[in-house]
Amino acid sequence: MNGSVGQPGGEQAVAAAVLRSDRFRLEREADWVRLDGMITAMEKGRLKRLADDDVMALPVLYRNLLSSLSIARESSLDSGLIAYLESLTLRAYFIVYGTRTTFGGWCRSFFGGDLSRAVRAIGLDIVIALAAMVIGAMVGFWLVEADQQWFYRLVPAQFSDVRVPGASREALLGTLFGDPDGEGLAVFAAYLFSNNAQVAILAFALGFAFGVPTVLLLIYNTASLGAMLWVFASRGLTVEFVGWLSIHGTTELLAILLGGAAGLHIGRALGFPGRRSHLAALSHSGRTAAQVMTGVIVMLICAGLLEGFARQLVQSTEIRYAIGYGILALWLAYFFAFRPRRS
Amino acid sequence: MARKAQLGRSHGTDPKLKRTLVTPEGVALDIAVAPASARIGALFIDLTALFGLVLAFVLTVFLIAWAYSSAGLPAVSDGFTGFLFVLFIIGLFLARNAYFLFFELGQRAATWGKRALGIRVASRDGGRLTAEAIIARNLLRDIEMFLPLMFMTSGGVQGTLSEFAAWSGIIWVGVFLVFPLLNKDRLRCGDLIAGTWVVEAPRSALGAVVASGVTPAPAMGDGPGLPADRYRFEDAELSVYGEYELQMLETVLRTANPDAMETVAATICAKIGWTPPTGDERAFLEAYYTQLRSRLERGLRFGRRRADKNS
Repeated sequence: MNGSVGQPGGEQAVAAAVLRSDRFRLEREADWVRLDGMITAMEKGRLKRLADDDVMALPVLYRNLLSSLSIARESSLDSGLIAYLESLTLRAYFIVYGTRTTFGGWCRSFFGGDLSRAVRAIGLDIVIALAAMVIGAMVGFWLVEADQQWFYRLVPAQFSDVRVPGASREALLGTLFGDPDGEGLAVFAAYLFSNNAQVAILAFALGFAFGVPTVLLLIYNTASLGAMLWVFASRGLTVEFVGWLSIHGTTELLAILLGGAAGLHIGRALGFPGRRSHLAALSHSGRTAAQVMTGVIVMLICAGLLEGFARQLVQSTEIRYAIGYGILALWLAYFFAFRPRRS
Repeated sequence: MARKAQLGRSHGTDPKLKRTLVTPEGVALDIAVAPASARIGALFIDLTALFGLVLAFVLTVFLIAWAYSSAGLPAVSDGFTGFLFVLFIIGLFLARNAYFLFFELGQRAATWGKRALGIRVASRDGGRLTAEAIIARNLLRDIEMFLPLMFMTSGGVQGTLSEFAAWSGIIWVGVFLVFPLLNKDRLRCGDLIAGTWVVEAPRSALGAVVASGVTPAPAMGDGPGLPADRYRFEDAELSVYGEYELQMLETVLRTANPDAMETVAATICAKIGWTPPTGDERAFLEAYYTQLRSRLERGLRFGRRRADKNS
């Protein structure tokens, strides 16, 4: 036994170690400590401060660490050492295989193609959701036509102040071309923004229940729209009403449509996972749906701004149509015609 | 056999929450799913932080508005105030999501609350944690918790909240809160959708070499006369213990509590029939540790493992 006195360091310590596994440890310790320092710096977001040599050495150090861990597990009984190596390996693994994108980089790839791809990937669900919405609107229209009492069941009370069956043409026109003064408009817009955002997000969330409540929600929401349409159509104001609705409604209804479609996508994966396991199918569809939903939120913010500022400020039906359908064309072109090559 | 597979692996956490993650290089890493208590604690810290940030922001806005009006500058138009209000509402919505997104997209993949409790988000399949996954799990958080709470508070303020709506809101939030307890991986609905899970991110420091080969001098004054290799154990005296006891002994030596060392030394001496080395326990235990480990590691190299004294 080598009972040397004093602080053994470096070569001396390796020579002094009694056990073969300790010699193994002391020979590699410097590399581990170096990697530890680098990982700590990277975890704190100080990647730029690392020296070039360190960055170049990272993959080699990581591989060496993995092999050290494998060897230590098979040859060393120093549990403190193994625990350290395990935690260091886990941290290094998370750094090496961690998120690669920065927030800005993600935004660029998201708006530059990923969003459009995600929307196209749920095409079938969009068709189903669209069918539900069209059916809902027609059902609402015909129900009120058959019996006007249906109107009060379909339309929430807060919207049916003046806009009820039997209202005069002038009163209805007044709601469409209200005073451009804009009293409390912004607050109303903010309210509607959060309301429609809630409908879109709820349509998405209810996809969990195999998509059935999503379809019902879409039908119910467009049924009240159909009921409202009947009120205006009965006074010959169809064109004006559609114009009033279109200016923000094209964006907003498209957002609700996409939200519902994203929910249906998840519901379908849950109901019909195919050859994958339920969990795998769910997480796969969930990632696509989340991308679509992020786009939906952006659209809802646009719709909210249009709603608050453009709807009551633009008083001409022609311009309303032009803005509403121009923006709709832009959205559709962006989602379906914009196909950049994968970078 | 199950016991054999556990040899050479780290100990400590609840065995029900232990999982194995295989890196692309083919090395199995032990990870532990974060327990529900850590999750709820982290959520609580995050909510507090978020509330504090929003409160600070609102106070700053009020302070600026107050300073602006007291400075006697011309009043802003109503339209402009309204515009600011819309921005504020949209900003609150984005800030709530941005807080979670920003921190979980970072290298540590953990918010302040998660960092404080030593847990982090990871991809369930062992691959790269993508931005889409982070967004998916946080979008669902809105649905699980913030939206129903917002529905209920806004309904309550306006007085339109019916009893039925209130109860269904509470049940909604309750179901999602309990959800992680109902599956073995402690997955929230957002984790389920995103293919992520929350795991413990342990940090341990590298301790000194215990079997240093340098025999410490005895605590009593009459040390210098003793030879460095005063404790030599026979094979039979070393063969009474296994790996489990070795690791316990290592813990005792690392903590270096004199009382514990005295008890352990007395126990070992009773087992192998020695007289306890009063005042020189540390040297005795280190010598025993070194020789026991040497013996067990020799066996290890020949493929013989011994889990504990009973095997």
